[in-house]
Amino acid sequence: MLTDHAALAPFIATIAKDPKISSIGTLALLVEAPGEFTIEQQSRIWALADIVSSWPNVQEAVPGVTNLMLIFDQPPEALDGLSAAIVELWHNLPCRDISGKLIEIPVIYGGEAGFDLPAVAARTRLSERDVIRIHSGGEYTVCAIASSPGFGYLHGLDPRIFMPRKSVPSLNMRAGSVTIGGMQTGVAVVTSPNGWNAIGWASLPMFDPLSDNPSLMLPGDQVKFRIDRIEL
Amino acid sequence: MIEVLTSFALNTVQDKGRVGVRRFGVSTSGVMDPLALTVGNTLLGNDENAACIEVQTFPFRIRFTIDCAFAVTGADCMARLGEVSLPPWWCAQAKAGDVLQLNAPKRGARGYITFRGGLDLPLILGSRSTHLRSGFGGFEGRPLMAGDALPLCSAAAPTEGRVGFGAEPPDIAIPAPVDGKALQVRALRAGEYDLFPTAMQDLFWSTLWKIGMQSDRGGYRLAGPKLLLPEPVEMRSHGVVPGVIQVPPAGEPIVQMSDANTAGGYPKIAAVVQADLWRLGQAKPGSFVTFKGVSYREAVAAMDPVENYLARVGTTSALYRAL
Repeated sequence: MLTDHAALAPFIATIAKDPKISSIGTLALLVEAPGEFTIEQQSRIWALADIVSSWPNVQEAVPGVTNLMLIFDQPPEALDGLSAAIVELWHNLPCRDISGKLIEIPVIYGGEAGFDLPAVAARTRLSERDVIRIHSGGEYTVCAIASSPGFGYLHGLDPRIFMPRKSVPSLNMRAGSVTIGGMQTGVAVVTSPNGWNAIGWASLPMFDPLSDNPSLMLPGDQVKFRIDRIEL
Repeated sequence: MIEVLTSFALNTVQDKGRVGVRRFGVSTSGVMDPLALTVGNTLLGNDENAACIEVQTFPFRIRFTIDCAFAVTGADCMARLGEVSLPPWWCAQAKAGDVLQLNAPKRGARGYITFRGGLDLPLILGSRSTHLRSGFGGFEGRPLMAGDALPLCSAAAPTEGRVGFGAEPPDIAIPAPVDGKALQVRALRAGEYDLFPTAMQDLFWSTLWKIGMQSDRGGYRLAGPKLLLPEPVEMRSHGVVPGVIQVPPAGEPIVQMSDANTAGGYPKIAAVVQADLWRLGQAKPGSFVTFKGVSYREAVAAMDPVENYLARVGTTSALYRAL
């Protein structure tokens, strides 16, 4: 028995880290996965969201990037007990496949809407065509929908085209702008000030408030950007 | 119909806001002072979530095209129906053609007008609140303008009842601790509180914060000393709710309010308790606020006086309506 435990110990140590749980006011709790960002931790967050959203008093479970915010109808009576239940569940989650749908988004790269493409090319020391080739060649995973309605936080950007956010946001960046912000990429959903870098534009509607399923992207979906046209 | 005669910037149709759609990136919107909405509807015998007009720029004038019972709550806007002055937190009867005017309040920031039966506007994602940034909900997804005609739910209106009575304003019924001239609101520590050095934590609780002029329904910027971390903290994007106080790297705290993004990534030092959010919703840019740390148990118990107050208003309103 002892030898069995010894053999298992390192493995247990790597998975046994607890999530960090903290309150945000009286009606919300934030659960943060331990350790670095990995797609495995992200899918554990989705699995956790699936289960806890049916718990009593949970109004909504809101996935973020390797974290989950729970919103309650009423302040939970015993935070300690609730936290312990979440930790226990975290260590016993069923596997959830990345089984979302595949969304193909046609993009007009460059041009008027992709006005930051030259800056991205200059900073990454690539040609504009190479930036487009790398961006459209990637496959991305929707981690979470947040910030604005239907805006997907996409994971999977090639490190060669990482591009820091701007210190001064562009005013009134157009809805549909295909952008890079740090190690993430996304499609702007509303026309507004935006600190990400616009490299193209997509006409595919991302959000329909009149639909029961308002957001085209959902956590776990796969996204591919296809070159519709290049305007250099 | 309700016809808008005069409206400056950013007066909108709101109810309690959108529930259960944050996972699609949709913020709640909704009134900044939920007590004012609830009482405004309770006085009229409405569903307590019936849509109202939130007025935050003045003067604001509407004309009734039909007879309609209404209530005015929130900040005391010295409302006048025609030539008649209305007491604050009061319901009254308008005749077709009457003009209601709300004036700039001396104290408080926002006035609310509720109508018997509510405003007949479509439910979008479960709410009639205006989502200004995305342009949906409320009246055509935008602030009200002179010339707008808002339909009333006459068909769904509750049975007629007496009007011409009021409710005790909640800032009198549930007095707030006042620290000098500043509003004091209670707050709970949030996730990154312990990352701030003790001196910064103390500074947060002891400072008389000025609500910056660039404050709106999205959030309040707090002017005062800088709250700095010993080293930058990188947070992954996560959900936030109204009341959370985030501290961007420059050290100027921001309290998220009704129209705030669903997600944030700045360290969170504290969050205002639910029971005090309505008071903060009535705080004007340029006014002062202090934060008092409370335990979770105290934060939960703080809702009791609010719920008791609403229950009292409900009971007395039902009695008056039946007279």
